[in-house]
Amino acid sequence: MFAVFRDLIRYNIEFAIGLILVGAVVIFACLSFFSPVDPSLIYMTIPDQPPSAQYWFGTNSRGQDMFWQLSAAMRNSLTFGLTVAVLSRIISIAVGLTAGYVGGWVDRVLMFINDIFVAIPIFPVLVLFYFVLRNNMDSLTLALIMACFGWPFDARLIRSVALGLKHREFTRHAVFAGMSTRKVLLEEHLPYVMPIVFATFMNNMLWSIGLEVTLAVLGFTNINNPTIGTSLYWANSHSAMVVGVWWWIAIPVAMIVITFIGLFLLAMSMNEYIDPRSRLRRMGA
Amino acid sequence: MQGYLVFVGKRLLQLLAVIFFGVSATFLVTHLSPISPVEAALGRMTARSVSNPEAIVAMRAALTELYGVEEPIITQYINFWARLVRGDFGPSLLAFPTPAMTLVMRALPWTVTLLTLATLITFVIGNVMGGLAGYSQNNRFLKAFGLVAIGIQPIPYYVVAFIMLIVFGFLWPVLPISGGFAMDVSPGFNWPYISSVIQHATLPALSLVLVGFGGWFLGMRALVSNIVTEDYVTYAELAGVKRSTIVTGYVMRNALVPQLTALAMALGGVFSGTVITEQVFNYPGLGSLLIDAVNAGDYSLVLAVSSVSVTAVAIAIFIVDLLYPILDPRVRAE
Amino acid sequence: MSQTTKQDILRVNDLKAYYQMNYFGVNREVRAVDGITMTVRKGEVYGIAGESSSGKTSFIKVLAAAIRPPLRVVSGTVEFDFKSGKIDVAHASPSEVERVRWRDLSYIMQGSMSVLNPVRKIGKTFRDFAFRPLGLSNEAFEARVIEHLRRLKLPPEVLNAFPHELSGGMRQRVTIGLATVCHPEFVIADEPTTALDVVVQKEVLGLIREIQQDMNSSVVFVTHDMSVHANMADRVGIIYAGRLVEEGPTREMFFAPKHPYTAHLVASLPRIGDTTQRPALEGRPPNLADPPQGCRFHPRCPLAVDKCRKDVPPLEQVGPDHRTACWRWQDVKPLVSPHVAHGVMA
Repeated sequence: MFAVFRDLIRYNIEFAIGLILVGAVVIFACLSFFSPVDPSLIYMTIPDQPPSAQYWFGTNSRGQDMFWQLSAAMRNSLTFGLTVAVLSRIISIAVGLTAGYVGGWVDRVLMFINDIFVAIPIFPVLVLFYFVLRNNMDSLTLALIMACFGWPFDARLIRSVALGLKHREFTRHAVFAGMSTRKVLLEEHLPYVMPIVFATFMNNMLWSIGLEVTLAVLGFTNINNPTIGTSLYWANSHSAMVVGVWWWIAIPVAMIVITFIGLFLLAMSMNEYIDPRSRLRRMGA
Repeated sequence: MQGYLVFVGKRLLQLLAVIFFGVSATFLVTHLSPISPVEAALGRMTARSVSNPEAIVAMRAALTELYGVEEPIITQYINFWARLVRGDFGPSLLAFPTPAMTLVMRALPWTVTLLTLATLITFVIGNVMGGLAGYSQNNRFLKAFGLVAIGIQPIPYYVVAFIMLIVFGFLWPVLPISGGFAMDVSPGFNWPYISSVIQHATLPALSLVLVGFGGWFLGMRALVSNIVTEDYVTYAELAGVKRSTIVTGYVMRNALVPQLTALAMALGGVFSGTVITEQVFNYPGLGSLLIDAVNAGDYSLVLAVSSVSVTAVAIAIFIVDLLYPILDPRVRAE
Repeated sequence: MSQTTKQDILRVNDLKAYYQMNYFGVNREVRAVDGITMTVRKGEVYGIAGESSSGKTSFIKVLAAAIRPPLRVVSGTVEFDFKSGKIDVAHASPSEVERVRWRDLSYIMQGSMSVLNPVRKIGKTFRDFAFRPLGLSNEAFEARVIEHLRRLKLPPEVLNAFPHELSGGMRQRVTIGLATVCHPEFVIADEPTTALDVVVQKEVLGLIREIQQDMNSSVVFVTHDMSVHANMADRVGIIYAGRLVEEGPTREMFFAPKHPYTAHLVASLPRIGDTTQRPALEGRPPNLADPPQGCRFHPRCPLAVDKCRKDVPPLEQVGPDHRTACWRWQDVKPLVSPHVAHGVMA
């Protein structure tokens, strides 16, 4: 795995750029651990200060230092994305490996359910959940709900790989050696699908962070929890653009764009690396 | 022909299943919630000082019947379906006493038109450009196009729409940024109205296209760069078959088969994107309606929009699926 | 069977074609074709044999002007002498190659399932491939294709079918039809019978031979299956590790091989009623990225001596029309008795 990363950094410019962008964002988010201010407090500084040597990202109309505010927001958004990605990966691995390996009616039933989830538009459903739960909707609940909708595409992908693994020699050996299905899946097949899981991990984070931003901007999440989305919500509700506090909007938007392009480049270059055809070219077969 | 019928049958079953599960989920969500929907909705109504007592009584009756607590949950569920099939979600609170369904039906054409247009433009541009980029991989212009696609594609719908709003609303105000048509024209088949509709649709459609084309572009480019290594393409090239025929009839035609499946799978997400974009531009479609309904605590309307959305997307996917065998003769024969 | 009096249509001179790759920082050079010189005469069927990854497919890809990066011609010439003029396809421009393509020089690719566009009807594919080179009117073209299909024992209805609706044998006949409908002077075929069952194989071989004789065209075909060579070829060339190691009239190659590798290939043919233990060839084909010194066959050769390990044997004339690249060709004994070899030829 380490060698793979080394190769990717050295020979794939997209991966290197992606890594730099995501790395910068992660470091920025980690700064929030050393934040001198509590991001939930308001009117701590003079409001509406443009970016300066003292306030690198300016201050907003609520009297918060945007640098520390966004640092905390970024950490929360990334944590949210990670949570959804981890949870939905678990579902997609379980469904994908089982469907691919067991096959038969189990496969058909699982894929039928899979296709139903693919066909349901997620946004109205999330709004419905918010509508019902209102203030009980915290980011963990939201993450759980989104994880329940974020697995089907990747489960299908993992299934197609598992289908190929099923007829390979080592699987037969394992079965003849008396390994249980669970053991075959976890010990023999899981390592093979891990690269795909990593690539889809990034894509899933893109998806969930993007949806969280959207919901938050509309005010459909816990707006007191600082995230990139709620930062934009407050900026909108204070008409930041009209008043001329452009940095309140421009900086978070720029940050989302950086995060997303970074994650996307990572996912794309890893996908290319995983693709069996390009791997063949690499081996020179 | 028989193969096609079997295929249609399977898809029809899937369509019904999606509608069934989707709508049942909306029922379940509202019932498993710790908050009584009726009291919550009525509470919000009074909180917003809706002082029309007639409205409150009618709402209470409708809501009690829809999600009422008196009857066992199975009966409620059956009643819920009975109302659904009739398209009766009770009166809307937002525009009492207009039935929620009427509001939904008024908004639906706007969304359907915007979504269809944007999806068609996106699909065609993305696939044609992506196909060319995959076929002639050294073309500078197409490479640059690919970089733009990579840059825009991962950004969420909301952010792109928001940036468009800032650019065309504040920095360079040339296009209308709000509403479906100008206030001073009368709806009907006349040029001022039509041109106004087109102008108002431009920005929402443009933001949908901007976000959407990249996915098709990159997907098609990847597909095509694999398909050009297929034997039948190599062989046709060797035989000196016309380049244009190879690109269209051999490469893109084969790539279109998986892309159509991808289109069916993407529709749910595109719909969500449309809903969000509508809200940004205050476009009179389902999205704006849904968000207004949530903000007003309009239970009937929220349920109506969600159920209709699930059904509409499922039907759209079904229609796309029906096209699949036309593109792939192998499915027809099975 | 050899037609020494006839004129050459193809002359290959010291051809070298390498795969040059750089992927994720790994540089590789595979010498797939490493100095081959040979000729093919008008109206001749020339068979090329060799085990997989010996470079035989790369070689005929160069002949067919079908090479793509990372495979590149490093040096040498591939000169065709068509009625329409001479052309060196290893160095000609794409537009020059385009001119002779299909009209004079056509190619039957390996794998009948994958060479036909799965979403295009056969009739349309014929139109794509042959309409321009033939230059006929619509009706005449149609008639020509149907007439050609009849010769291949295919009903005209296949024109309205998709590839997946045809059987394997029919598909292979369609690809042969595609390659021969323009009556080219030279046909190159890559494993034309692999993946077909024996009965269909025989039929397909007969068709190729028949069409070749009708049109008096030359054919170069590649297969690892020696019995196909026995039935089809006028002359056979053996490729080992990117080099031509022996070439001669088919009968001589089977009855009196002059290279130990050829002797081994002929001996490994299965025959009914033959229960003798066949000597297995030890070792693996050499890695073309790092071939052995001297004669490339020496690590596996039962006759190898010190000279073989140091010096590369040249391709020498050892009889009329017969050349071999072996220091000890006089010591090579056929591994099977002549009457057994005769059984294969029948």
